[in-house]
Amino acid sequence: MWSFILRRLLYNIPVYLGIILLVMVLLRVRNPVYAYLGKNADAKQIEEFEKSFGLKDPFIVQYGRFLWNGIQLDFGESWKYKGTTVREKLLGAIPPSLSITVPALVLTSLLSITVGLLSAFNRGRLLDRLLVIAAVLGMSISFLVYIIFGQFFGAALPRNVFGEDWPLAIVGYGDWYRLSSVDIFGLTIPVPDAMTWVKFCLLPVLISVVVAMGYDTRFYRAVMVEECNRDYIITARAKGATKSKIMFVHMLKNAMIPIITRIMTTLPFLITGSILLEMYFNIPGMGRTLITAITDMDYPMIQGFTAVIALLYILSIILTDVLYALVDPRVRLS
Amino acid sequence: MIQAGQPHSEPILSVRHLTTRFRTDLGLVTAVDDVSFDIHAGETVGIVGESGCGKTVTSKSIMRLLPERVSRIDPASKIMFRGMNLATASESRMRSVRGDQIAMIFQEPMTSLNPVFRIGWQIEEALKYHTDLNRAQRRQRSIEMLRLVEIPNPERRISEYPHQLSGGMRQRVMIAIALCCEPDILIADEPTTALDVTIQAQILNLMEGLKRKLNTAIMLITHNLGVVAQVCDRVLVMYAGRVIESGTVHDIFHRPQHPYTQALLESIPKRGRREHGKRLPTIPGIVPSLHHLPAGCRFAERCRFRQDQCVDHEPELLETSDGRAYRCFFPITQAPMAPTIGGSDVPA
Repeated sequence: MWSFILRRLLYNIPVYLGIILLVMVLLRVRNPVYAYLGKNADAKQIEEFEKSFGLKDPFIVQYGRFLWNGIQLDFGESWKYKGTTVREKLLGAIPPSLSITVPALVLTSLLSITVGLLSAFNRGRLLDRLLVIAAVLGMSISFLVYIIFGQFFGAALPRNVFGEDWPLAIVGYGDWYRLSSVDIFGLTIPVPDAMTWVKFCLLPVLISVVVAMGYDTRFYRAVMVEECNRDYIITARAKGATKSKIMFVHMLKNAMIPIITRIMTTLPFLITGSILLEMYFNIPGMGRTLITAITDMDYPMIQGFTAVIALLYILSIILTDVLYALVDPRVRLS
Repeated sequence: MIQAGQPHSEPILSVRHLTTRFRTDLGLVTAVDDVSFDIHAGETVGIVGESGCGKTVTSKSIMRLLPERVSRIDPASKIMFRGMNLATASESRMRSVRGDQIAMIFQEPMTSLNPVFRIGWQIEEALKYHTDLNRAQRRQRSIEMLRLVEIPNPERRISEYPHQLSGGMRQRVMIAIALCCEPDILIADEPTTALDVTIQAQILNLMEGLKRKLNTAIMLITHNLGVVAQVCDRVLVMYAGRVIESGTVHDIFHRPQHPYTQALLESIPKRGRREHGKRLPTIPGIVPSLHHLPAGCRFAERCRFRQDQCVDHEPELLETSDGRAYRCFFPITQAPMAPTIGGSDVPA
């Protein structure tokens, strides 16, 4: 098993180096400094700026330096926020994203796997048909509609009716950002307590669960329907197994491969967060911070964020392979 | 109906007027139509027929393993087993019968085992449902079972996964699962069809030996007459959902009375009898669709002895005094052919 993991890690090192190369090349297609300093900068200013950030060095030197510093989690200082390192921005943006996406993913997966199983097991009956119709309807509505309606009916309208006591806030995640925090690695990292979480995170979580439920339910139903038709199901029934044993032991373990794939591919989005949700609810997470950095032409931020996101992506793919091997004995040998 | 074999003993399973219908897009079809037969303790009954003649549906009806949503066993059907009627028994009652008193093995050993559980777990599962054995005893028992089905190194095999075993080995494991609770009846649905010829013979020999050892009755479903000749005591020949002839293996093979049975026997290749340049006889035509069954005899269209009566009226299943039965107006009374059965003459 350990050699399997090691092999996977080694295979992915060139992939990661390639991604970093691509990002750095793309960011240098147009000189980042012109874009940052604006059209009024004179040649001397540009010269100085380029020198201070090492942009005059050959590309290969810049590449090597970025990698070497990156290993030590040092991505330099933000151009936009003087005196703030990219690392600080990064660590500050992760908790807000996670406090939305992790509960959303857990809830969505548990609910849609259960609903998908029920639907598949009652295939063709009324329950199944109603669930499928609901899922298709849910999928057909735009994310934006959910956000706007969610904000209106979940927070704006009740706040008008019940006053400020209503537990859900419309926006303003930034409030608790200053309220509660913990210190890790000498860095101040904001963490919500239960009440602030409910106030600022519950509504976006519910909205993203509703949005994802349609797609996921349909996907898991299809997976389970396929498992329902397998020969081993008949064997298990012929042994005298109960329906719940067949569903939750025989079928579920076989369905774990597609389930894990589905969940794992969404893992990187846990960190990057949902850009739309973060923008609309004013959540200072990874997605919103990265978008802001791009509009600000803040090159160290863009490089640092993409490098970390790419790394998380690759790690989640490796984790997927490892979980496959744990679930499916046939993967382990090959 | 069939009293040959052990006429004095009570049958262990007694199927009467079994009729199973399926709801399809083209309407209701009767896949098994008024099928009756008995199985006595320790005997092997073969059910033969072409694909789609209803043999598998018959066996799955007995086990009540057909999809409930699209299939229905006629309420007049009786499947009497140990004083209860399996056709109407509750699902929880059926669960206690399945795997314990009646067990089943299937055609596809490659896919019949659950790929993500160890062999031992899959044998122990049946023991968990039907016995009071504790974990260690279950483990012991499954090792014994693997030894019984002649799998080498059972202590090691028990912690392997199905993909690590060959097709023949997997069918042995299926047999071990089926027999671990010492069932009264083993239903084998084409158990050797998917296997190599040499492995087929091994599996048949194994089943034959275990049947003797455990006194298990076997209901063997197959389209291979060679297999029937090798292991069965009595035979039911089915055609388009109906039993068209039944009797002892000896009777069926030496003195077939239904033209379909005779034609089936003729289409077995026989060693040493081949006439050079001559093709193996086949039965012209195809099995009628269950959606458009003829009014008369279901075999009439393909029958070489067909008369007008056969097209208009369907013959009843006639029982003769010697325990045979056939469904034909013009049974073959003489003995036109006497193929030697068993041994090297019949393909395995």
